[in-house]
Amino acid sequence: MVETVINESDRAAKRVLMDPTAERMATTRERTSRPDKLEGLRIGLLDISKPRGDVFMAHLGRRIRERGMEAVEFTKPTFTRVAPPELVAQMVANVDVVIEGLAD
Amino acid sequence: MQKLVAVVKRSCQTCQLVTPVLSRLEKEGLLTTVYSQDDPSFPEDVTTITDDRDLKMSWQSKIEIVPTLIRLDGESEKGRAIGWNRSEWAELSGVCDLGADLPASRPGCGSMSIDPGMEERLTIRFDGDGLESRRIDLGIDEDEFEAMFERGWSDGLPLVPPTPERVTRMLAGTSRLAHEMIGKVPPDLVECTVEKVAVNAVMAGCKPEYMPVLLTAVEATLTPEFCMHGVLATTMFCAPILIVSGPVTKSIGMNWSENALGQGNRANATIGRALQLVIRNIGGGRPGEIDRSALGNPGKYTFCFAEDETDDFWPSLAQDKGINLGKSAVTVFAGEGIQGIVDQKARTPEALTASFAASLLAVGNIKLAMGGDAILVVCPEHVNVFREHGWNKERLQEELHRRLIRPGDDLIAGVAGIDEGLPDFVKGKEIPKFKPGGLMIVRAGGQAGKFSAILSGWGASGNVGSSPVTREVN
Repeated sequence: MVETVINESDRAAKRVLMDPTAERMATTRERTSRPDKLEGLRIGLLDISKPRGDVFMAHLGRRIRERGMEAVEFTKPTFTRVAPPELVAQMVANVDVVIEGLAD
Repeated sequence: MQKLVAVVKRSCQTCQLVTPVLSRLEKEGLLTTVYSQDDPSFPEDVTTITDDRDLKMSWQSKIEIVPTLIRLDGESEKGRAIGWNRSEWAELSGVCDLGADLPASRPGCGSMSIDPGMEERLTIRFDGDGLESRRIDLGIDEDEFEAMFERGWSDGLPLVPPTPERVTRMLAGTSRLAHEMIGKVPPDLVECTVEKVAVNAVMAGCKPEYMPVLLTAVEATLTPEFCMHGVLATTMFCAPILIVSGPVTKSIGMNWSENALGQGNRANATIGRALQLVIRNIGGGRPGEIDRSALGNPGKYTFCFAEDETDDFWPSLAQDKGINLGKSAVTVFAGEGIQGIVDQKARTPEALTASFAASLLAVGNIKLAMGGDAILVVCPEHVNVFREHGWNKERLQEELHRRLIRPGDDLIAGVAGIDEGLPDFVKGKEIPKFKPGGLMIVRAGGQAGKFSAILSGWGASGNVGSSPVTREVN
């Protein structure tokens, strides 16, 4: 069988793969630097609606207030979905740091 | 002015047979050139040979058989003869005693431009493929299979390399445009095109004809009701389970019979796998990153099967979800691996329903209720018990519902020595195991064996989690 030109010239082309990913470059953002102390800061408490998360957050809130600091409570509608943008905006507007419990 | 051209290849015996005819047509000034697909020195007794080893002319002229003789008027084709047929060649050339010493006819050979896989290569070469995905050039000695593992594209098993040719062929399986957006894939919420689904379908091992089912499955999975973000991110077991219904299951060769939930069927295996690869590669949902499942389940490689609709004794799951009979559909359900129900003794619907109900109580935890949904997969031998007694699907649903209501007192956390359970407010109430519509019934399985199965759902169902989504396949 005679080898055709296309088989020879396409040998390299056959080794091209199509990228299956979203082709996103990883974005890195500067984190807000960790505050030296919590005194004087408004502290957000985000309950993500996991079972007993409210109990834990209420306890933290009491301890924070006992120390004379301000604690503001927030609740995600459900832990299964990402926080709605309005909730994120509300937290950004009202507190300086957020304490969030991520899982059970 | 009219002229003749011919397309041949040396490796074709019929092409060799007609070389004296071609030589004569050239000498008589009728034939302007012979395009040779494999050897520009062939045919030796013709003077004007055009090298068509790049198959450009063959592809552009849609040559399927060699030899092909074409009559042209300027650039426009006026007729063609394929293979050797004396009367057809005589009519086309106007030379009545052409090839008098040859047999009256002889079939030709396949044109090299339509060798398997060649059409896609030539389309890409001369027309461009129109694909927008980034092209990744592999080094000459780079192992393409290892390269895909190293780039993190794999679910742990080898992948089919997504070459432009294979992706082009995959896209031929759908009438939808390659650049059409079909939704945002979590967790990264990236816009997903038909083309990107096709690339992942190639890697999963799909055939082009699976594309309509796969695209429907991806769309269903990306709906807000299904909540793929949560299904992926949860520490629980679940993953999308695909149940395909309607005529498409037959036309693409899916399995609803023996081993329907197991291995061995290409369509079942690769459609489910392709969906997982879409989540992984397009959405960025990888275990150890956003996917934090404590144990996962084997269905996170693939979990896709067809409904048994070999008779219409019960409506299909798709029909239960409002899809018309005769239409095809995909249902996506956030579920786990299977829990078997062994009952080889029940001969009455009542006894079998009691058995099913007792087993269904264990979904999630025997102390939990109104949380996760479930799908009951009823095998043919069990279906026959209901058939013999004329129980339709609705009756089974009702009887199961009745048997799955329990006293809230039994479910309270701490009761029966089990700390897991429901809050105190269920005391004195009757609590159904499942939410309304939370128990679905499908038929599948081999003819022998009284073994049905439960597919338990994600603990978070409905508005606070995932609802099953059914979409018609178009």
